[in-house]
Amino acid sequence: MRVTVKLYATLGDYLPPGSKGNKVEIEAAEAAAVDTVLRPFSLPPKLTHLVLVNGVFIPPEARAATCLKDGDTLAVWPPIAGG
Amino acid sequence: MGWNRKVLRVNLTAGTCTPEPLNMAWANDYLGSRGLASKYLVSEIDPKVDPLSPDNKMIMATGPLTGTMASTGGRYTVVTKGALTNAIACSNSGGFFGAEMKFAGWDMIIFEGRSPKPVYLYVENDKAELRDAAHLWGKTCWQTEETIKASHQDPLIRVSSIGGAGENQVLFACIVNDLHRAAGRSGVGAVMGSKNLKAVAIRGTKGVSGIKDFPAFLAAANAGKKVLADNAVTGQGLPKYGTQVLMNVINEMGALPTRNHRDVQFEEAGKISAEAMHEKRPTDGKPHLVTNAACFGCTIACGRISKIDETHFSVKNSPQYWGASGGLEYEAAWALGAANGVGDLEALQYANLLCNEHGMDPISFGATVGAAMELYDLGILSREQIGVDAKFGSAEALCQLVEMTAKGEGFGKELGLGSARLCAKYGRPELSMSVKGQEFPAYDSRGIQGMGLAYATSNRGACHLRGYTVASEVLGIPVKTDPLVTDGKPELVKAFQDATGVFDSAGICIFTSFAWTLADVQPQLQAACEGDWSMDKLNAVGERIWNMERQFNLAAGLSAKDDDLPPRLKTEPAKSGPAKGLVNGLDKMKPEYYKVRGWTPDGVPEKATLERLGL
Repeated sequence: MRVTVKLYATLGDYLPPGSKGNKVEIEAAEAAAVDTVLRPFSLPPKLTHLVLVNGVFIPPEARAATCLKDGDTLAVWPPIAGG
Repeated sequence: MGWNRKVLRVNLTAGTCTPEPLNMAWANDYLGSRGLASKYLVSEIDPKVDPLSPDNKMIMATGPLTGTMASTGGRYTVVTKGALTNAIACSNSGGFFGAEMKFAGWDMIIFEGRSPKPVYLYVENDKAELRDAAHLWGKTCWQTEETIKASHQDPLIRVSSIGGAGENQVLFACIVNDLHRAAGRSGVGAVMGSKNLKAVAIRGTKGVSGIKDFPAFLAAANAGKKVLADNAVTGQGLPKYGTQVLMNVINEMGALPTRNHRDVQFEEAGKISAEAMHEKRPTDGKPHLVTNAACFGCTIACGRISKIDETHFSVKNSPQYWGASGGLEYEAAWALGAANGVGDLEALQYANLLCNEHGMDPISFGATVGAAMELYDLGILSREQIGVDAKFGSAEALCQLVEMTAKGEGFGKELGLGSARLCAKYGRPELSMSVKGQEFPAYDSRGIQGMGLAYATSNRGACHLRGYTVASEVLGIPVKTDPLVTDGKPELVKAFQDATGVFDSAGICIFTSFAWTLADVQPQLQAACEGDWSMDKLNAVGERIWNMERQFNLAAGLSAKDDDLPPRLKTEPAKSGPAKGLVNGLDKMKPEYYKVRGWTPDGVPEKATLERLGL
C-alpha cells in the first residue's frame, strides 16, 4: 500500500534527500503499524512527539497497534508550540 | 518589592503630568499589569463610556517582574475600553518599551481626557512632559520612532506610538513599540488616536531596585530559565521555527480557518509555514527568514526577522521595504494568508510590514479582508465598490487593500471598521467571523472544540490569548485532551483563563507557559514581591481578574447573548479533516462553563462567587 509520510520542523532532516514539501510517499506492507512505517526514518524517540494519522492524534502507547491503510497520511512533529 | 510604587497620571485635556503613589492594597489583590491596570480602569471610568470619547482612559502598565531578570520580563499592557469591542481591552506587548518604563521609575501611566492638539509624552526618569507632536502627526510608527530618537539625540529612547491607522480611528488600530512589537488587539490604537496622543517616549536609567529577596529571586529566576532551556518547545522549537510552525499542524488537524471559515484546511498552508520561511527562494537563493529575535530579558527568542523578496511585485519599486524586519508570526501569516486564501508568502510579509508600519492589528485586518472577499464572492460587494478585484486568493488584492486601509483611502475606510460593522452595513452580519466585534485568531473551533468556548467567553472578544486550550487539545501541554469532544472543556477553559491572568499580570510572556506552570512563576514572584504570593493566592488572583473584567463588561451592556459564535461555526459542519461533519458544541459547553465559574445561567457572577473573590 502507499502512504504519505510528512515530517515537519527539525524532523524534516530525516526525510530522504531531495524530498519536497516536507513529505514523501512510500510503499508499506499492508496494514503496517505507525511505528513500523516510521522505523526506517530513524527518528529520535524524544522528537517523535506529535503523531497524526489523517490529522488524528495517535498517543505513544497506541502507535504499535494503530494500523495504516492505503492512502493514509502519517504526519510527525517534534515538541512545538505557537500562538 | 517588584513594584516601583509610582504611577504617572497624564491629563491630556489639562496638559498635566502628575505622579501619585501606586495603590498597594490593589497591587496585593491584582498583582500588576493586566490585573492592576484593569482595577484602576474599572474604578475610574463609566463602563458605558464611548471608547473614543475623552471620558475613556488608557493605561500603559508593567508588572512586578517587568524589567527584572525573570525570563521574558519585558512585557507591558495597554488597558482601556476597546474601540473595536466596546468591552474591556487589555493588549499585551513585548519588545523593550515596558522594561524602559520600569527603569524610569514608573509602574504605570494613566492617560485621561483628550489633548486639544497632537502631543507625545516624553519621560526621562522622574521628568515627564507633554510635547507638541504636530511634526509627528501623519507619520508612520517607524518614522515617529526615528524622528523622536533623532530629535532627542538619544538612540536608547524606547518609543510606543500609533501610525495613520490610530490617527484615523481604524477600529483595529494597534500601538507599536520597538518597530515591530505591538499591543495589537481590540483597537487600543484607535483609543490612543482619539486622545490626540501620538507617542510615548521613555528613557529610564534607574534599573529595577527593591527586589524583596534578591538572592532568592536570582535563584528562582535562574531555575525558571533552566526549565525553559531544557524544554524542547521553549528551548528548541520556538527559537528555530517560531510560532508559525503551527501552520502545518493546525492544517493537518482540519482546524485552519480558510476563506472566511468556509473551509478548515488550506491547500497552500505549506507555502506560508515556518518550514517555508527556511527554504531558499529561487529568485535570490536566500531564505525568507534572516534570524530569530528576543524581546527584553527573553531566553526563548521566538520572534522572526525576515527579508522580503526584492523582486516581488509588492515591493519591487519600494526599496524602503527591502531591509530585514519583523514577521511573519503564525497569527499574522494565517490572517493575511489562509483567511483570504492567499498562499504568497512574500505578499503576506508585505501586508505584515504595512500593518507594523501604520499600526494595524494584522489579525483583525486580515480577517476583515476575508469577510470582504466573501461579500465580493457572493456579489454583495462589486469591484467598483471595493476598487480592486477582491477574489479569494488574490495576493494583489491583499496588497492593495492593506495600503488603502492603512492610508484611509477608498474602500479601505470601510475595512477599517472591522468585519462586524462591515458585514452589518451590507446586510450580512452573520458573515463576520468575530465575537464581541473582534475577529477570530487562527484556530477553527469546529476542529478544536474548547477554543469555541474560549472565544465565546473571552472578556476582550474573540482571542486565543485569554484561554489557549490549543496547548492541551493539540500540543499536549500540560496534558493531551481530545480536540473533537466538548466533555471537560468548560473546566479546561476556566483553568487556562485564570492562569493566563496571572502570567499577564506578572509582566512575563504567556509563551513561558509552554514550559512553566504557575508553580514555576510563584517562587519568582514570592522572592520579588513583598507579601504572600502562594499558589492559592495566585489562583485566586487569576479568578478575581477574570470576574472583575466580566463585571465591567456586564455593566457596559454586554450579556450572555454576547458569549456566542457566528452561526457558521454552529450550523455549517467542517467540510474536511478529522472534524468533518462537526460543528462547535458551544451550546452544550456554555451552561456548564457558567456553572463551573459560579455564575448564574445568565452568565452573571453569583453573589457567593463575588464574595469569595473579594469583589
